[in-house]
Amino acid sequence: MSQSNTSTVDYNMNVVRQFTVMTVIWGFVGTLIGVLIAAQLIWPALNFETPWLTYSRLRPLHTNAVIFAFGTSALFATSYYVVQRTCKVALFGGKLVPFTFWGWQAVIILAIITLPMGYTSSKEYAELEWPIDILIAVVWVSYATVFFGTVVKRTTSHIYVANWFFGGFILTVAVLHIGNSMVIPVSMMKSYSIYSGAIDAMMQWWYGHNAVGFLLTAGFLGMMYYFVPKQAERPVYSYRLSIVHFWALVSLYIWAGPHHLHYTALPDWAQSVGMVMSIVLFLPSWGGMINGIMTLSGAWHKLRHDPILRFLIVSLSFYGMSTFEGPMMAIKSVNALSHYTDWTIGHVHSGALGWVAMVSIGAMYHLIPVLFNQGRMYSIRLINIHFWMHTTGIVLYIVAMWISGVMQGLMWRAVNADGTLTYSFVESLTASYPFYFIRFVGGVLVVAGFGLMIFNMIKTIYAPDNSLKKIEMA
Amino acid sequence: MDYGTLRGAFALLILALFIIIVVWSYSKKRKSAFDDAANSIFEEDDVKTNVSNQNVESKQAGDKN
Repeated sequence: MSQSNTSTVDYNMNVVRQFTVMTVIWGFVGTLIGVLIAAQLIWPALNFETPWLTYSRLRPLHTNAVIFAFGTSALFATSYYVVQRTCKVALFGGKLVPFTFWGWQAVIILAIITLPMGYTSSKEYAELEWPIDILIAVVWVSYATVFFGTVVKRTTSHIYVANWFFGGFILTVAVLHIGNSMVIPVSMMKSYSIYSGAIDAMMQWWYGHNAVGFLLTAGFLGMMYYFVPKQAERPVYSYRLSIVHFWALVSLYIWAGPHHLHYTALPDWAQSVGMVMSIVLFLPSWGGMINGIMTLSGAWHKLRHDPILRFLIVSLSFYGMSTFEGPMMAIKSVNALSHYTDWTIGHVHSGALGWVAMVSIGAMYHLIPVLFNQGRMYSIRLINIHFWMHTTGIVLYIVAMWISGVMQGLMWRAVNADGTLTYSFVESLTASYPFYFIRFVGGVLVVAGFGLMIFNMIKTIYAPDNSLKKIEMA
Repeated sequence: MDYGTLRGAFALLILALFIIIVVWSYSKKRKSAFDDAANSIFEEDDVKTNVSNQNVESKQAGDKN
């Protein structure tokens, strides 16, 4: 053993442990709320005539829970872990470090309380009211201080590429959040945006799409660039490509927001810019995906035995799929068919459940044994079952939404010879019911998978130290 | 210079920067430094609380290609 290694750094793994455990728990909670609202779309009585349980209040709770509770906790955990291991120093910031954990959990609890009560700024993915927005900003600036402070005091000369992606994500999210949350408060829980009309819409989707681009993409790419090589036990396919990937991705993503506002009051030129930039974005996205997948080149057999690696690599194929679908949907004529239909929901979930959740789950299965003094997770078989439940769940979900979405788009635009609409809205809704049920079944599989993950995590944490030995693969 | 020309010049500047990044990162001189960087994640110290399960990783650091 390398216990004799005298250069061992006293890393701060406590905060990484806290965020890791909360990631798994919030993953379960967030997807469970998702399944509840999916069920409400089939059986509306499931709101139990209670205002707090109505779809309109639970839907933002679901999106906030999966993006900011599950996804962002995963980013905190992995960025704090990776920045320490690759810079070979403990986290900078002293008391700021536990503050980021407790502060962020407080934000989540406040969201769980205020959103069902109906407090909302009505900006998608930025629904929380201004006092919570201020807390988010304070926690985020602390996060940036801890992260960049650690990078500054590193003992290595090079800054590993994963840290560039994490850094880009932290910096941009600070700018986006503060920019979009500029409001005039009128009371403790009510405020109005300082932007008006089409400018407000543009600010919102500049924020909204870059929350996708930087939080849900760049941050998780940072995770990918560390955990895929680590789990595959081989260096990334091309480090040079990763540098070009980083600069191309961060310089292009910021322009793609207007594709959320095709055929609206936004000026035509801005819509066209958004469309063109979204299409160009295909290139860095696929460059990064190929870089990740090709890391396995020459070692494909590892996928057969290692369900953790399978989570990571399949997440990249979902990433490739949704970053092909995204640019296509950003083309104005395609958007005319897809916008406001379930196709969009399917696209988001192929990215969120396929890319974001799978890469996070893979990283967590890699991290949990390392953080809790074990050689492996309690049960590799359960990880394998989780993989198949999650994958089947996503496939059911997105296929159902594709069919339902294209059908809705076609029904809404169908006109009779005399120019009247062929179908009423309710007719398209009735036609969607079977697909809503398939989506619900897919969601149940995903939640049950997270349930297995919680069980596996608890068994691993409570097993006596070093009792679970790593299994050597031939 | 009017606003349109300025924006055109800015676009060219960004394009030039991008080409410089590509040329820089793919230059022969940088290759060994980047190979080292790619392998750096396998040359880690042990987490203090965790000593037994790192042997596979440290073994890996030796046989990189």
